[in-house]
Amino acid sequence: MRARWALFLGGLVVAMSHHGFAAGEKMSLPKTIEAGSPFSIQTPGSGKAALFIVGTGQVLKRDVQLGQTVFFAAGSLYNAGHYLAVLEGDSFAEAESLDVVPASKPANLSFLAKPSRLPVGLHAGITGAVYVFDAYHNLISEPMPLSFELLSPTGTVQKRIVSTRYGAAWTEMDSTAQQGMDTFLARAGEISSTRVVGQVPGDPCGLKMNAEESGQQIHLITDPVRDCNGNAVPDGTIITFTATYNGSQSTIDEPLKHGIAQVTISAPNGAMLSVASGVVMGNQIRWEK
Amino acid sequence: MKKGHLLALLLVVTTVVLILIGTKWPVPSAAAYAGGGGLLRSSSTPELAAASLGDEIRARAWQKAYAGLANRAQFSEQEFVHDITGYYPSLRTYATLEGFEVVPLHESADDAEIRVKLHWSTVVGANVSTRDLHMIRNGDHWEAEWPIVREAIVPPQVIAVNYLRWDVIYRGPGDDWGIQDVEAPHVRIVDMHPVERAEGVVIVGELLNEDVVPAYVSVTATLLSKSQTPIATEGSFDKISHLLLPKQVTPFLIEFPKVTLSEVGSVRMVPVSSLIAASADPVIEIEGQQLNPAPGASLTGHLINQSGQVVNVAHVLGTFYDKGGQVVWVADEYIDQALLPQTPVSFEIHIPQDLAGKISSQRTVVATYSSGGSQ
Repeated sequence: MRARWALFLGGLVVAMSHHGFAAGEKMSLPKTIEAGSPFSIQTPGSGKAALFIVGTGQVLKRDVQLGQTVFFAAGSLYNAGHYLAVLEGDSFAEAESLDVVPASKPANLSFLAKPSRLPVGLHAGITGAVYVFDAYHNLISEPMPLSFELLSPTGTVQKRIVSTRYGAAWTEMDSTAQQGMDTFLARAGEISSTRVVGQVPGDPCGLKMNAEESGQQIHLITDPVRDCNGNAVPDGTIITFTATYNGSQSTIDEPLKHGIAQVTISAPNGAMLSVASGVVMGNQIRWEK
Repeated sequence: MKKGHLLALLLVVTTVVLILIGTKWPVPSAAAYAGGGGLLRSSSTPELAAASLGDEIRARAWQKAYAGLANRAQFSEQEFVHDITGYYPSLRTYATLEGFEVVPLHESADDAEIRVKLHWSTVVGANVSTRDLHMIRNGDHWEAEWPIVREAIVPPQVIAVNYLRWDVIYRGPGDDWGIQDVEAPHVRIVDMHPVERAEGVVIVGELLNEDVVPAYVSVTATLLSKSQTPIATEGSFDKISHLLLPKQVTPFLIEFPKVTLSEVGSVRMVPVSSLIAASADPVIEIEGQQLNPAPGASLTGHLINQSGQVVNVAHVLGTFYDKGGQVVWVADEYIDQALLPQTPVSFEIHIPQDLAGKISSQRTVVATYSSGGSQ
């Protein structure tokens, strides 16, 4: 494909050496247009010719009456980049360059928010990165203000205004103390994009269990398990109960159910009972009937 | 040309002669495996009688093995078979007996005690089980009394199960770039320690799922030389509990055969985690964990399945710590029988003799597999 275009353009350049315009007569066209905007080209001379507009990924051709203005409707040229406008007649050719730049109005945001799930109370734990595109998916490289907003379930808002650089902007946010689903919003002009970030409880804090006799065994039950910010640790979290006596040990990994964990365990009088979750230790109880 | 014909003729004749010899005077074990010839080992001594029983078990000649037992009136042939292969699908069900050892313990004129070590080949490696047989003389031959272990009877009951189950919906193939997927679980290596052994370097450590969702985990380690060039990369393979529920910790062990610690400058650890649908059921209690000192250092205990479903395969992993709380060794054992609800099953994890003296505490976890679901 590239070779064909090179051949074509090469042919045009050879042809240009034979153009028949009078000195000073040239096509009149804008040097720069916004992607998708209408534009016109004033052709010189008289007679018939063909007008080509060639760029990366897009080619337009018009049969034109020389000396008249050729109009291109909105949306004719939409890929940002450098274009060549070539006017070719039977015995002449003329070329001018034309730049198509992204539209200044953003139409689409590519918003990547990381992570989608993190513990509460983490400084700079949430990252948002945005690429700003126009309606034709051209990256808008001109700087523009972009706002990031993180709305927590409790209604608190963290807001940052960042200027895009080469079409991109990013920011960091803190996770708040309350668990729940945060709404992470990126806004450029009237365009916005939303992501959801789940804030989950942290490690259990002040893990505490109680023991009571249950027949020949001991019934161990935790208090409602919460993190250091008071959030209920989610069900399914593993709580490890251990009974140690005279070098012998019994353990049960029990998942939290309805905020608490409870097991029935066999242990003799004098056994040391302990509770833990992950790397967090809870209280210990020496079992005495 | 003629020489070629002669050679072919010679080969045919030799083959026919060998077939005739093999048919007329077969090797006993081959005859047993063929199924028609029976086992030709004599039962004239307690050892030979026990070996004969071992041959029959290896050949899965259940009828013959059962018929030769002295106490066969006490149980049916089906119970005998189930005692060996498992009453429920388990590692033993799909195992083959590779060999056995017969060890005389005691012998008198009319009875004897024989220990038979059965070496099973299972899908997760070799497994050894031991049975002590009481042998009694019956005329001119000896017979074994099989120490039958009957199927545990679980009393009829309803066990309410209301544990959590996690399901995962991943992003679809048509989603745009920038649409985030479900975050992979956050896991962290909380301890790691290289150990030099005769067979090479071993990395032992612990991995924590610090997230609120279940994780499928594995750990990869790369040994780097002092000039930071990679020496070898290995994974934890099955020396880890691959499924970690929230805040659960698993030990891991990674072996680097034929590497010495003096060659190693640093170690690069890569914990890998991915989201997985999982259930918090079944819960396994590990009861009576006991560190037994050398010689024959081991960790013993019992597993009790607190749930209502049968656990077909249980993998017990022991983490051993020194006085400072640092991991010094990780060892494991697969349980070759199914865990029935509320039924204790014992385990024994062997500890290297040279490390036994350093160990002051331990932590045990169990990974389980149930047909129709896994944990």
